[in-house]
Amino acid sequence: MSEYIIKNGTVYDPKTEVKGEVKDICIKDGKIVDKVSSKAKSIDAKGKTVMAGAVEIHAHVAGPKVNEGRNYRPEDKLFSYQPGGKNTRMAGGFSIPTTFKTGYEYAKMGYTTVMEAAMPPLYARHVHEEIKDTPIIDEGAFPVFGNNWFVFEYLKNNEMDNVMAYISWLLKTTKGYAIKIVNPGGSEAWGWGENCTTIHDPVPYFDITPAEIMKGLLTANEKMGLPHSIHVHTNNLGNPGNYTDTLDTFKLAQGVKPNNKFGRDQVFHHTHVQFHSYGGDSWLNFESKAKEIMDYVNANKNMTIDLGCVTLDETTTMTADGPFEHHLTTLNHLKWANVDVELETSSGIVPYVYDPNVKVCAIQWAIGLELALYTKDPMRSFITTDHPNAGPFTRYPRIFKWLMSDKSRQEMLKGFKYSDKVIAATNLASLDREITFYELAQMTRAGPAKSLGLTNMFGGLAPGMEADVVIYDINEAKIKDPEEIEKAFSAATHVFKSGTLVVDNGEIVSNGNKRTLWVDAKVPTNAQVERDVQMKFLKYYSVNLNNYEVSDHYVANPYVIEVEN
Amino acid sequence: MDTVKLTAKVVPELYLEAEHISPDVFAGKSTQEIGDLSVHMGNQTYKIADYFTVEGKAGATAADTKIVVAGDVSKVKYIGMKMTAGEVEVLGNADMYVGAWMAGGKILVKGNVDSFAGIAMTGGELIIEGNAKNYIGAAYRGDWRGMQGGKIVVKGNVGSDVGSNINGGTIDIGGNADVHLATHADGGTIIVRGVAKGRVGGQMVKGDIYCLGGVERMMPSYKFDHTEEVEFEGKKMNFQVYFGDLGERHGKKKGEIIYGKIYLGTAEKSDATEPKVAAPSEKKVRLNDLQTNQLVSALKEMKEPSVQEVRTYIFDNFNIDMKPSQVSRLISTLKR
Repeated sequence: MSEYIIKNGTVYDPKTEVKGEVKDICIKDGKIVDKVSSKAKSIDAKGKTVMAGAVEIHAHVAGPKVNEGRNYRPEDKLFSYQPGGKNTRMAGGFSIPTTFKTGYEYAKMGYTTVMEAAMPPLYARHVHEEIKDTPIIDEGAFPVFGNNWFVFEYLKNNEMDNVMAYISWLLKTTKGYAIKIVNPGGSEAWGWGENCTTIHDPVPYFDITPAEIMKGLLTANEKMGLPHSIHVHTNNLGNPGNYTDTLDTFKLAQGVKPNNKFGRDQVFHHTHVQFHSYGGDSWLNFESKAKEIMDYVNANKNMTIDLGCVTLDETTTMTADGPFEHHLTTLNHLKWANVDVELETSSGIVPYVYDPNVKVCAIQWAIGLELALYTKDPMRSFITTDHPNAGPFTRYPRIFKWLMSDKSRQEMLKGFKYSDKVIAATNLASLDREITFYELAQMTRAGPAKSLGLTNMFGGLAPGMEADVVIYDINEAKIKDPEEIEKAFSAATHVFKSGTLVVDNGEIVSNGNKRTLWVDAKVPTNAQVERDVQMKFLKYYSVNLNNYEVSDHYVANPYVIEVEN
Repeated sequence: MDTVKLTAKVVPELYLEAEHISPDVFAGKSTQEIGDLSVHMGNQTYKIADYFTVEGKAGATAADTKIVVAGDVSKVKYIGMKMTAGEVEVLGNADMYVGAWMAGGKILVKGNVDSFAGIAMTGGELIIEGNAKNYIGAAYRGDWRGMQGGKIVVKGNVGSDVGSNINGGTIDIGGNADVHLATHADGGTIIVRGVAKGRVGGQMVKGDIYCLGGVERMMPSYKFDHTEEVEFEGKKMNFQVYFGDLGERHGKKKGEIIYGKIYLGTAEKSDATEPKVAAPSEKKVRLNDLQTNQLVSALKEMKEPSVQEVRTYIFDNFNIDMKPSQVSRLISTLKR
């Protein structure tokens, strides 16, 4: 493999605590090294910014619901297709891009690792087929556990060993990465046409509460010592006044200590917190509770969050929170897709237009940014849009601009149709904090990598780590216009993925050697769980057990993280 | 206003996609530059000059530019797509997507057009002197935003699904309209001067449809509300007003529920509550006794006569095209 030296770039790397120093970065055999031979290819990064490849902790980029979104929204693709090039294939779509576009666009922004946030185990094969077709970026997928009948029954009977054996079996069977929980209990209740709107609403028939489900899975996760913590989207998403439910959920993790060998410090990750930080009791007095939420997050070091920033675009919402999507279609009257995934989850899709002229949308936009600006520890608050729910991931550079420039935020705030009402319902107008490049590197690289238990592999530039390196043509000290930020972070000049140059002068030059990360958590064999799995497949599942497993040929280039316990 | 004249040299082997034939693109360009603009056929790219002779002069702005398209362009798509100002005149027939996503200006087609003319149009005027096919002024596939403004005039007949998802603007049809007129409408006005075939205004929540020649078969989800005298193009006319689609959600304004409305033209003032239903387009066909007897004996020879089989037999022997439902009833009657 070739050697590279990136010379004289201004480096921002929280992993090695380099805060904007001019430094050389050396790459050899796919890893960051201290020095290279004189044969190394030199890249001049003078006056440019050098960071590690960014890590996406939560996005919906592969699988059945993403594909159904593509399928039922041809208008999303209209006028967006680009023909294939020398190293690229034809690609298009806006809020739900094709797999190829997903890979190219992430790489062009300097993102090199992406986690698919919700994998229904029954359709895990489809998820992996799409992951395989997404070039360049390393990916992993979180199977959903929060509405799973096995989990309900074992937790109800307090059989923690069985829960762990089942988690281990399902991660292995679906080639999954972490425990995802979406509207615990609520998506199952949707099968009865109901929902769990607080964490103490019992699930019909199973008679278990969302709080018990989350607490149980959290305990199992820490007993097993998995790389990532539980990854939660709690109940009552998107409703005015839901911040109290969010705080109730956060409190489940209070005082729990992490147990793992992956350098992870949190026991609980809450995703797209923007959708969970709403005050008021109707859309009329809807307001931001970002401060209350972030006060709690700042005070409790054993949790991490990601933002879910609204980007004010026309997008496609898709979640395993089936009842929420039904609620949404009754609000905006746009087309609705819904599915019940047997014993595992439900799911829904509705297009949504975040219109800056609508008061609620503008407040949502402000809340996402407030969360980031209130954070005291950027290593625990990560920038996401919950792609594509609050906006497509291709808008990340625009969020960076808003976070880094008070001027651009205030211009937006003043430009809204209901500007006064938006300012009154939020605190954004009074927040003049501007996120620095170093903090950005924490919020998009070192932080998410650490939260995922990948701190020794991704998100940093320490020798021995994967050589995921990005060069942006921007100098933090010399920014005159906020638009420069959006422009520079939209198109990295150079991107290395595991030592391979994949983007050169803004063009895709290689499709890299993408890997699929999954977690093999070893637990003692458990005859009861094996028998239960077989029984459930005989009695309830529509597929045979043999047609369920994601067998090896679905995962072309696996990277297995083994967890011994 | 300056005029550019395009004359088709050859009829393309496949279909030519010519979205650059628009005053917005031509404005400020020389004839040479216009001839160099791209057109697509299949996966190949060609130049306008490969298929057209370019004469005349383009104006400085779109508003100052008129394009006259002569020759056979019945296999050319996307003429006047996304135009915002100026004029386009097509002397013969045109293919699909004439004036699609049009926002302003004027298009006149002297002949017929194929489907998707004026889809998702937001402004301007599109006049078709001949007939038009399906999805005129509708939404793009999957989209919920059809025609939003401007005016479409079709002097002849139109096909099905005209004005799907319309939420603004006017579609004026001189002749008859096929099924699925104004499906899912959320505003806008459609005028049919001939007969509307049926399934008019399915899932419509708002908007007005005037059917001067009546509707062949009203949807069951429409309810007769009242008769009304409306001033229509300067002259007072009587209409029977129907409200619907009753199966859908309906918003409220000032405490009143907003419905989609279908206005059926009546010749004279009347308080009739029966809809004015036009005669069905095809007369019901019957078999005479001789034919019936022949069919009975033929049926005995068939073991399990299927509808399709019997229908084919009737067509082959008696030259009568029966509807499948009628054939089905006939079989069960004859069996008894």
